[in-house]
Amino acid sequence: MSDHEYQPKSKVGKWFNDRLPLLTLGAHLTDYPTPKNLNYWWTFGGILTFCLITQIITGIVLAMHYVAHADLAFGSVEHIMRNVNYGWLIRYIHSNGASMFFLAVYIHIFRSLFYGSYKSPREIIWILGLLIYLLMMAAAFLGYVLPWGQMSFWGATVITNLFSAIPLVGESITTWLWGAYSVDNPTLNRFFSLHYLFPFLILGLVVLHIWALHIPGNNNPVGIDIKKPSKDTVPFHPYITIKDAFALLMFMIIFAGFVFFSPNVLGHSDNYIPANPMVTPAHIVPEWYLLPFYAILRSVPDKLGGVILMFSAIFILFVLPWLDTSKVRSAVFRPIYRQFFWILVIDVLMLGYVGAMPAEGIYLVLARVGTVYYFLHFIVVLPVVGLLEKTDPVPMSISEPVMTGGAETSLARKINEKI
Amino acid sequence: MSKEEKKVNRRDFLFTATYTVGAVGLGAVIWPMIDQMNPDKAQKALATTEVDISQIEPGNSITVLWRGKPVFLKRRTPDEIAEARAVNMDDLPDPQRDEERVKEGKDEWLVMLGVCTHLGCVPLKDKGDYNGWFCPCHGSHYDVSGRIRKGPAPTNMEIPKFEFVDNNTIKIG
Repeated sequence: MSDHEYQPKSKVGKWFNDRLPLLTLGAHLTDYPTPKNLNYWWTFGGILTFCLITQIITGIVLAMHYVAHADLAFGSVEHIMRNVNYGWLIRYIHSNGASMFFLAVYIHIFRSLFYGSYKSPREIIWILGLLIYLLMMAAAFLGYVLPWGQMSFWGATVITNLFSAIPLVGESITTWLWGAYSVDNPTLNRFFSLHYLFPFLILGLVVLHIWALHIPGNNNPVGIDIKKPSKDTVPFHPYITIKDAFALLMFMIIFAGFVFFSPNVLGHSDNYIPANPMVTPAHIVPEWYLLPFYAILRSVPDKLGGVILMFSAIFILFVLPWLDTSKVRSAVFRPIYRQFFWILVIDVLMLGYVGAMPAEGIYLVLARVGTVYYFLHFIVVLPVVGLLEKTDPVPMSISEPVMTGGAETSLARKINEKI
Repeated sequence: MSKEEKKVNRRDFLFTATYTVGAVGLGAVIWPMIDQMNPDKAQKALATTEVDISQIEPGNSITVLWRGKPVFLKRRTPDEIAEARAVNMDDLPDPQRDEERVKEGKDEWLVMLGVCTHLGCVPLKDKGDYNGWFCPCHGSHYDVSGRIRKGPAPTNMEIPKFEFVDNNTIKIG
């Protein structure tokens, strides 16, 4: 790396850096050679960092006014909305921030799927990212319980009951999770504690995620290995920082649009009814970002089977780098995979839609078809397409298509035949 | 490696002893950390609830809260009891005779946890395809005896431990 010889200019800087090389780290992050062809799909890493920090800051502030008690929680949230100065703003940023966080993370994940960023040598980055995603789902679920509305209570009941499907010890595990014989005050208390903890675990994993990223460097839209630094790279600052900042501004406009003009459109009105353990709402649904998995859960007419399949839908992603047999990373040069990629996108969107609908009639049929296809994509399509597909010629370098007027040069063809 | 080194020497013993004591100590510290999450004494103290049933007419039911969970108390009509007992055992995913779900001589009283055995929602009464309960969350149908008939729930609605204190009072738990 280029910053090995970094020396601070000032004497004090040198004194400090010899004892704790933070300035070297700063120089590394500034000069970090980044592929020069990164498009806007690559700006979501920065956007996600912004989302995490926003959630942590607004969350800490909300915790100053919130009361984690079954009798007081609902009222304290209304107190935040009505009495606390700017409480409505902070809470709406936090609740919509969760949705924006997931919007960004889904784009980030599908970016990786399209450009093959999960493939060697970036498997650990991918796995760390999935762990972050799992913790995000857990944190979002725990946070959704805190207002102690009807959806909070029954969402908590349904999700914790997933564990009761485990043979033999299931009932003991749910009781242990609840700290009671149903979702009750002890449950709310511990959910608050864990909801406060998880973002910091996520933060730690984000540091590892970025660390692991900085070993091989960024993948890029062409998906080829590049020399770093070279004419194919630019320093992270100012080239990438300014691009990330522009994308972040666009993202914040959408974010602010939700916060100020339709802060409740992504939530559920039933959560403005205080929790009532005697009555289940007629139609309970999770938040939109969990709907595809909810559809998979409901598509199976068996309790344990549904739970296993739902968790498998997430855990199968952990072995994705080894299921994809193609040597070519980017879907730009994979004409067949490219089509299956978009089918998967449509499949997941459809699962999300039917997850919000009642589990009957045509919706149940669609959920089952969507579930089967989801698993087929990873277990059958990815390995088989990787072996059979004839990929397009891959350029030698990022600069080459620009310098020679197209990716399909004779030189590139030769390289491609070797692949 | 030479022969002498393979022998169990003092150092091996010390290692093993240290690991063992360490593991026991770690377990002794971890267990309280895990067990503190189980229901506390205050939760366990709420273990019984007494209910006055004198006001319930045949065909009607009430719902009471026991350990944070709803309990359905239904006073069934003779027709409903007959219907529950006419069901062929082969039609039941979780076969159980209606007689096993009520106290002998008190056949009209069905006392059960109003909790769907799928994922814990409260089923709605007088709904569904079997004249019993229907869970709105994921579509489980229960019959007039609270037995699962159709849908994802694996078992019949649970009968809690209960007894008749006198003719007008039921003690649950």
